[in-house]
Amino acid sequence: MNFLSLFVAIPLLMMLGLFIARNMTQIRTVMATGSALLLILASVLTCIYLSERSAGNTAEMLFMADTLWYAPLNIHYAVGVDGISVAMLLLSAIIVFTGTFASWRMAVLPKEYFMWFCLLSLGVFGFFISIDLFTMFMFYEIALIPMYLLIGVWGSGRKEYAAMKLTLMLMGGSALLLIGILGIYFNSDAQGGPLTMNLLQIAQVNIPIEAQRIFFPLTFLGFGVLGALFPFHTWSPDGHASAPTAVSMLHAGVLMKLGGYGCFRVAIYLMPEAAHELSWIFIILTSISVVYGAFSAIVQKDLKYINAYSSVSHCGLVLFAILMLNQTAMTGAVLQMLSHGLMTALFFALIGMIYGRTHTRNIDEMGGLMKIMPFLSVCYIIAGLANLGLPGLSGFVAEMTIFVGSFQNTDLFHRVVTILACTSIVITAVYILRVVGKLLYGKVVNEHHRKLTDATWDERFAVICLIFAIAGLGLAPLWMSDMISGSVLPVISQLMN
Amino acid sequence: MEYTIFIILLPLFMFLFLGLAGNKMKPVSAGILGTASLATSALLSYSTAWQYFTTPRIEGVFPAVTPINIEWLRFTEHLHIDLGILLDPISVMMLVVITTVSLMVHIYSFGYMHGEKGFQRYYAFLSLFTFSMLGLVVATNIFQMYIFWELVGVSSYLLIGFYYTKPAAIAASKKAFIVTRFADLGFLIGILVLSFYSKTFNFEALCSGDLPTLSAAAGQTFMGCSVLAWGLGLCFVGGAGKSAMFPLHIWLPDAMEGPTPVSALIHAATMVVAGVYLVARMFPLYIDYAPNVLVWIGYIGAFTSLYAAIVACVQTDIKRVLAFSTISQIGFMFVGLGVSGMGGHHGLGYMAAMFHLFTHAMFKALLFLGAGAIIHAVHSNEMKDMGQLRRQLPITHITFLIACLAISGIPPFSGFFSKDEILAAAFQFSPVMGWFMSFVAALTAFYMFRLYYNIFWGKASKHEHTPHEAPASMTTPLIILAAITCVAGFIPFGEFVSSNGQPYIIHIDSTVAITSVVIALISISIATIFYRKTSVIPERLARTFHGLYTAASHRFYIDEVYLFITKNIIFKHISAPIAWFDRHIIDGAMNLLATGTQKTAYAIRGFQSGQIQQYAWVFLVGTLLIISLLLFI
Amino acid sequence: MGIQVEYYLIVSTIMLFAGIYGFLTRRNLLAMLISVELILNSADINFAVFNRYLFPDKLEGFFFTLFSIGISAAETAVAIAIIINIYRNIQNIQVKDIDKMKH
Repeated sequence: MNFLSLFVAIPLLMMLGLFIARNMTQIRTVMATGSALLLILASVLTCIYLSERSAGNTAEMLFMADTLWYAPLNIHYAVGVDGISVAMLLLSAIIVFTGTFASWRMAVLPKEYFMWFCLLSLGVFGFFISIDLFTMFMFYEIALIPMYLLIGVWGSGRKEYAAMKLTLMLMGGSALLLIGILGIYFNSDAQGGPLTMNLLQIAQVNIPIEAQRIFFPLTFLGFGVLGALFPFHTWSPDGHASAPTAVSMLHAGVLMKLGGYGCFRVAIYLMPEAAHELSWIFIILTSISVVYGAFSAIVQKDLKYINAYSSVSHCGLVLFAILMLNQTAMTGAVLQMLSHGLMTALFFALIGMIYGRTHTRNIDEMGGLMKIMPFLSVCYIIAGLANLGLPGLSGFVAEMTIFVGSFQNTDLFHRVVTILACTSIVITAVYILRVVGKLLYGKVVNEHHRKLTDATWDERFAVICLIFAIAGLGLAPLWMSDMISGSVLPVISQLMN
Repeated sequence: MEYTIFIILLPLFMFLFLGLAGNKMKPVSAGILGTASLATSALLSYSTAWQYFTTPRIEGVFPAVTPINIEWLRFTEHLHIDLGILLDPISVMMLVVITTVSLMVHIYSFGYMHGEKGFQRYYAFLSLFTFSMLGLVVATNIFQMYIFWELVGVSSYLLIGFYYTKPAAIAASKKAFIVTRFADLGFLIGILVLSFYSKTFNFEALCSGDLPTLSAAAGQTFMGCSVLAWGLGLCFVGGAGKSAMFPLHIWLPDAMEGPTPVSALIHAATMVVAGVYLVARMFPLYIDYAPNVLVWIGYIGAFTSLYAAIVACVQTDIKRVLAFSTISQIGFMFVGLGVSGMGGHHGLGYMAAMFHLFTHAMFKALLFLGAGAIIHAVHSNEMKDMGQLRRQLPITHITFLIACLAISGIPPFSGFFSKDEILAAAFQFSPVMGWFMSFVAALTAFYMFRLYYNIFWGKASKHEHTPHEAPASMTTPLIILAAITCVAGFIPFGEFVSSNGQPYIIHIDSTVAITSVVIALISISIATIFYRKTSVIPERLARTFHGLYTAASHRFYIDEVYLFITKNIIFKHISAPIAWFDRHIIDGAMNLLATGTQKTAYAIRGFQSGQIQQYAWVFLVGTLLIISLLLFI
Repeated sequence: MGIQVEYYLIVSTIMLFAGIYGFLTRRNLLAMLISVELILNSADINFAVFNRYLFPDKLEGFFFTLFSIGISAAETAVAIAIIINIYRNIQNIQVKDIDKMKH
């Protein structure tokens, strides 16, 4: 058994542990141990990966394992990681870990809640380690379904509506995706070999360009829905607004990255010719996403809506950078996934904590929180500054890599959209500062808020972990960016051929 | 000179330390720690400067030294951000200026901020700002500059919004950040353009003058201008934002909502000259590849300086007068750069601009700190609450007067020397520019003395407490800065800093010097007539030129234009419709899809009535139909 | 030869249509169950008759009949159990009232 499978096994064991847990203490023990193990595993994986690479291992994927699962369709349980998946696994582990602490005091049906939470993380981890299209898709679906229950049962506001909308839209996306994957599968035998679902093997064959033209948009759209591609992003504000804190964190932080990762790993990698041909359509859509999301965020009143629209903008930037089809921009895209994951997770964690105290998310009904909850407020400002791309925090590194990368494309169209995307840094500043000014500064609007308390230890712990990760990525980005850009190369060489 | 790294790291460390542990400490110990670390930084920069300028010249120039350069982030093979330290005459000069002014402000704040809530936070932010500003000036490459440029912007945001419960301060901090961010967008795109064509971020490579990629790119044009001119022009937009050039100046007067020492440090002496420094840093590029952009920079500088000077004449808030005066003086610096050429006598403007930057930092910091002492005494920013303060505040009075004389260009104070060089360079460029700038200089003298007389002479106003002189922690910096202002003019600045690095002997052009001094004296006398005693002339003038007066006191309605653009256009006509569109059209379409499905489902669910006999009927009829089909067809 | 095969078939056809008619028109579940039994028994008769007349040396038809009788007995038991439960729940066994599961 390959040690990558531990990423799937640990959540399973956690679910088992939760199943037999009898009280809150036991539940917490299981969750804390499990998520800490995952985090350690991810860190160890990162170290081993880096040392393997520096030892000169140049294989495209490391730690591969392959088990035949269903012979008639040649479906394998195949796992393996490259720098990008390692980065994503690390991100997911951090967010699962902090998410656990952010929902430390979950009062309603905690056992069931955490079980679904574990299932969700199982899907996420499984997705990132898979290199077989079928298992990938399966884990993708495993990650989607628990969302419905987590939002529908433990959410707030119009939770049933939001849960239904989110699930239906994402399922619609995965329907397109399934067609795309099947299309790839049935065209994977160009040289007369058997049909295969294995990514690396498919990458060796050339899918006919006619087939690519059909299946590239389907696959890209399918993953794009999850990556909040305009105009299929509207599940995101409603979904995030209704989801409980940790679910918002995991969803915006990791699940939306599944979209970007999938676009990169499946759509672009396997169908490079069509990517060249059709990228312009999606570039237009994503640049709309970037600017449009940012502008929408300016006038929102609900904290979570602001953040959800900001996610639309930032995830748009991820897809935008992937479509620029060069190494720097793609590296930037992965960095942006990481950084956005950490940032929004932090944001949603903080919003959840503020909401848990004030019971409102409307910025007009709050003010002067800096005086009441200094810790949360300072963290909120840090999150905001990361979001608007302050150097030294992760957002800057990612955005600059993307912009420099996109600017390497010399034609006018790419230049114009790049500049358009750059404007988002100004608009981001507008909405972030607006929120900070209204929410944290100024006078206390509601007198009842005066007796609220600052963060508890578990909340502090979650928040500090995230800030630490954000600052770490922002201050020393080189190792991460090198790890990623090395792994982008195979895709680039696919694109070059 | 590896120890230069500590000049920068000390404030950073202090920021982290005070930011994390500050609340656990006593305010005083936090202040002492911050000040001590900055004093160390200052000493280290003096020693750096001493060491740098005493090493022998190579081929007549002080060689640029890069003691440290670490790769921080790699984009492509050629493009990578390094973090390092570049020591050349202008960066060493800036190190000295920044640490000196910052140290003065640190000491001064002891008295000024005494007893304020968040004293530790204040010192933490000051350290953060100093760190960022130092990092900016020693940047080895344009991207490092951009990094610290942003950090400077954030520290300015935090410091302006220091009194975070005051709505005006919140609005001002937001405005400052967003306006400069907007300008930074230009800077960023400029960097992208420039680096794309030059394949490097490194200043030394860029300015070496023989970069093959640059000469290759010089021929390429975009919309009638060479791409390099575009890039450099856009970089200047960033500089214009930070340096508050028209029309991006609107944030600076509002930024006076911050604590006064902060205004002295950030919005007078150091951060606002970042734009000037940026252009100076890339000066060879401007000369070689975009001389027309450089000329435009000069024009913009000239226009801004006139505009700001006129506005400064009618402001009543003393800090705002100083703010506009800062804008005007930075305009002078840009004129200096804009009219300059390369080398020797042609490069006079460059040298003058840098010289003026240096002297201005000192006397403007002095003015602001003096203003702080006055505000500290009378608890108001408005001129009408002041008057006849020269007896109560003797030290402030004298030092303030020295600074006023310096900024007006009266010898032997430092401002005379530097401003005179700028005027000489302007005359050299074209007489029109020369006379234009002389007129602005006259206005400068006028509004400064208007300020001076209104504070220290004029009519006394009633105070709840009798104003008294500030404590020693506040007056000491004033005295030190005043002393520097008195002697700084005699520094042979051209020896150290000049456009091409060759030593340049400053010689005072007597015609220009005499003209400018005479003009300044005339302006001062006019101000004396108007404001020394209560006089009706200013009021009568204001009534005669009513339109001009009102427009100027409303700063020519530029703020209103901005407000219109942001509130009406961006909020009401872009964002709100987009948000509406998103909720109602895009989301509506999704909901329509869902509703459509539901409606269809309702329509056809009659078939599934649950009535077994109905099913049986359908089944029977269906069976019969199929049988008959089979039998008869 | 005794009775002709047509006579048996006429009886079973009448039974079949009587059963269908009953199933479609009766509103009472028990009556409907009886109708279903009629349909089943008509089929049983057919099995027996066709076996007897067409393949006299074989026994599959009879076996199938027996099997079918067994099944219908079980089915009736289940059906009556369901009906009794429905009656307990809604005090009524009218088929038009039993559409709770539809929504």
